[in-house]
Amino acid sequence: MAAPSGAELGRRLRERDLTAAPAVLNLVEHRAAGGREEVAALLREVSPTALGGEAPAHVVGVTGPPGAGKSSLLSELVRAWRSAGRSVAVLAVDPTSKRTGGALLGDRARIATDSADRGVFMRSTAAGDQLGGLAPSTRAAAQALAAAFDVVVIETVGVGQSETDVADVADTVAVIVQPGSGDVLQFLKAGIMEVPDVLAVTKADLGNIAESAVRDLSAALGALDARDVPIVAVSSLPPASGIDELVEALDSHRDRIDLEARRVRARRRHALADFAAEHGDRGLRRLGGRRAAERFLEEQNPGLDVPALEARLEERAPAAS
Amino acid sequence: MTSRLPEPDRPWMMRTYAGHSTAAKSNELYRKNLAKGQTGLSVAFDLPTQTGYDADHELARGEVGKVGVPIAHKGDMHALFDGIPLDEMNTSMTINATAAWLLALYIVVAEENGIDQSGLQGTTQNDILKEYLSRGTYAFPPGPSMRLIADMVAYTVEHVPKWNPINVCSYHLQEAGATPVQEIAYSMANAIAVLDAVRERVDESLMPQVFGRISFFVNAGVRFVEEHAKLRAMGILWDELGRERYGVEDPKLRRFRYGVQVNSLGLTEAQPENNVQRIALEALAVTLGRSARARAIQLPAWNEALGLPRPWDQQWSLRIQQVLAYETDLLEYPDIFEGSKVMDGLVGELLDGARAELDIVQDKGGAVEAVPYMKAALVDAHRARVRRIEAGEQTVVGINRYTETEDAPLTADAEGGILVVDRAVEAGQITDVERWRSSRDEAAVHHALEGLARAADDEHENIMPATIASARAGATTGEWAQTLRDVFGSYRAPTGVGEAVAGGSEDLAALRDEVERVSEGLGRKLKILVGKPGLDGHSNGAEQIAVRARDAGMDVVYQGIRLTPSEIATSALQEGVHVVGLSILSGSHRELIPLVVEELREAGVEAPVVVGGIIPEADVAQLREAGVDAVYTPKDFDLSKIIRDIVELVAERHGLTAAA
Repeated sequence: MAAPSGAELGRRLRERDLTAAPAVLNLVEHRAAGGREEVAALLREVSPTALGGEAPAHVVGVTGPPGAGKSSLLSELVRAWRSAGRSVAVLAVDPTSKRTGGALLGDRARIATDSADRGVFMRSTAAGDQLGGLAPSTRAAAQALAAAFDVVVIETVGVGQSETDVADVADTVAVIVQPGSGDVLQFLKAGIMEVPDVLAVTKADLGNIAESAVRDLSAALGALDARDVPIVAVSSLPPASGIDELVEALDSHRDRIDLEARRVRARRRHALADFAAEHGDRGLRRLGGRRAAERFLEEQNPGLDVPALEARLEERAPAAS
Repeated sequence: MTSRLPEPDRPWMMRTYAGHSTAAKSNELYRKNLAKGQTGLSVAFDLPTQTGYDADHELARGEVGKVGVPIAHKGDMHALFDGIPLDEMNTSMTINATAAWLLALYIVVAEENGIDQSGLQGTTQNDILKEYLSRGTYAFPPGPSMRLIADMVAYTVEHVPKWNPINVCSYHLQEAGATPVQEIAYSMANAIAVLDAVRERVDESLMPQVFGRISFFVNAGVRFVEEHAKLRAMGILWDELGRERYGVEDPKLRRFRYGVQVNSLGLTEAQPENNVQRIALEALAVTLGRSARARAIQLPAWNEALGLPRPWDQQWSLRIQQVLAYETDLLEYPDIFEGSKVMDGLVGELLDGARAELDIVQDKGGAVEAVPYMKAALVDAHRARVRRIEAGEQTVVGINRYTETEDAPLTADAEGGILVVDRAVEAGQITDVERWRSSRDEAAVHHALEGLARAADDEHENIMPATIASARAGATTGEWAQTLRDVFGSYRAPTGVGEAVAGGSEDLAALRDEVERVSEGLGRKLKILVGKPGLDGHSNGAEQIAVRARDAGMDVVYQGIRLTPSEIATSALQEGVHVVGLSILSGSHRELIPLVVEELREAGVEAPVVVGGIIPEADVAQLREAGVDAVYTPKDFDLSKIIRDIVELVAERHGLTAAA
């Protein structure tokens, strides 16, 4: 069975054919020569120009420290989105073992979905060498699937780096906090992590501990002048609670933001990440460094798709010596 | 000190873990076993009964009547004990998530035979934490599950006073790879969690009785001297715990009471006759010293690693017990290790280790909270064991030493010397449960289940009365469990594999290079799906394969236990895996594996499929015909070799075979 071409997959996504998703992921994960052109063809098919506007999905980043309850929460979120009739794609990024190069992708066991439900797609990906961040293919996957699904979730593990990376891709970033563990609070206060769009405190069933976690976070946000960031207390244990409020908080964030600006930024960061992955630090130096490259991208036409932006970067970087 | 007892001791209770096909067939087996000199019954339930599904549920497919007897309602329970006087019998039931339900059925059957529940004797295994850690037949989340256990303890202490409501199991921890120290520590932590939960639900004055009703179900491996020391250590810790933590003053109530099934993990498929001497030596571990002797013993059969044992195989194991108890002089002496410096030293060593490990678990908030920690520790310990055997550091006769053998006449018959459950059993049980539902008083059942849902929803109520009322009204196992699932929610236990330490040993380097080479050829990292179809929760094998594949550099999607064929197919498709690995130990491979392959192909997944588990030689051809590319059984103990095969299989499929 020959794999479908990038252009064909892009067209299927544009027609909101959800069954294209597995092949799309196989394609964007493909690292071999020739793969890049196919991915470029795919991305061109789902660019704002081809779509006649930004992709319709809500791209949501979900991140937080290990053990915070992300997977149980995601199970509940998926259930809520599905019962509202929204199709959902989950891209779960797991860390890769530095020592062996292998990865155990455990989310499939932890996130409960109905396998007969064709409106849910889930793919686990190893982060590869990306420290705490996204798998190289995840940006492309999120961008492509956003053309077909109503919600695209990117789930990553960690505090500090991961929500920064996810923010490059997602319209809305939710950080999941487990009550009683101070990491997120400390990282927020110390400015190690950026202020997320939504905070969800899990295990609300624990009562007092969860309430005091909400209070501490809200005080910290106040001090950072970010009082309007919603903090939602959730419990994934039956009867689940706070899930509708969280869905509401995510939706209302997306309604508030300038979506186009966020997507334009996402495409520029995507192009730069691809360029850096291809050419490394040396390539970035040829562009005058990362910040210079970012400034250069900001001057480009906001309507350019990722392949076009990458082409601009390639033109600008003097050929390798 | 006198060196002989005035009167020889009475032997322990002798049982055989038994049950298969139908209640009537199992009843026949029980009566025959009792006639052969067995002194108690040990009921093996099938996996749907253990996990709370009726035979007509999708997840029950292929599992009905396989590893035990299906019991769907009180009619089945009547048939199971037909002609066996329940007021004289001592019945042990290996039942956990649905223990409250099966005890209720037992009580109702006794009641309808004119026997009051206060006269019933026996044991419900009822240890849920080890289900999360090892055995996998849980149904509800930890919180509600612990409450069910506490409710049963509270109920039986008052109404069924001779019943052992829980057997805290260290058995399954050893099967999952636990060291003796881990076995002691985790089972004690587990008992503490249960006792603490019960404490909140009974009057404090009842706690000594509660403590006295807690028994253990332990394991004994072939290192029988150390294993005996382990049991003495458990007795000391238990006594200490009763005195110090629960203020139990009566030493009789602090006595460490345990039943035992000896080790199955060490039984081999190769030269299976050697298992007979392993079993006999393991039985010594739990009988040698009088002060730590088992109350009840059941021995596995010599051919367990091949498939389901036949009545004759089980008889052989019963005869081992009888020779030990009635022919040898074992029961004529006081404790033969009293005053032994070596034994005391060993016990002390184990106690030190166990206390330290117990502290770690308690520091994590106790056994319930520490499930992920313990699970990961067990996966690691098991991996260390597998590696020792692979490296030849630990001898297993017939596996890594002395492997040359004559042809074995014991396995020469057409079925390969095992029991094969008639495929018609499942269809028969489905018809039976449908007939049962259509012939009962539906309104009464409805009413009873409503009461059950209310009781479940009210934390302060004991679940037992409403459960007994549902049993009496004619509800089914699946209905009871579904009612509770609706209130409690369902649950997936941690797999332990994500946390397992990354193995970095050099002998994997060549394999990693090969994985990388093939991955380059494929264009992306070689990705494998590892999963367990059916209801069988014995996940050791799948976990070890998953961890080793990760250590070899693959991307591993490990989806855990209890998957339907369609779930596996959906995962394989969505995850874009290059190969699918399935593990199955319950004997349901003949039905389930072809279904999985069919669903995979229908979903458009062309990836090769490999299967591991207890697969009789006679079934291999059928599986290959169904489209399975390779079959691995317990004799394939070298995991790296299996992984190497899998990589080669993928390479071949994609035209990437290494140039010779």
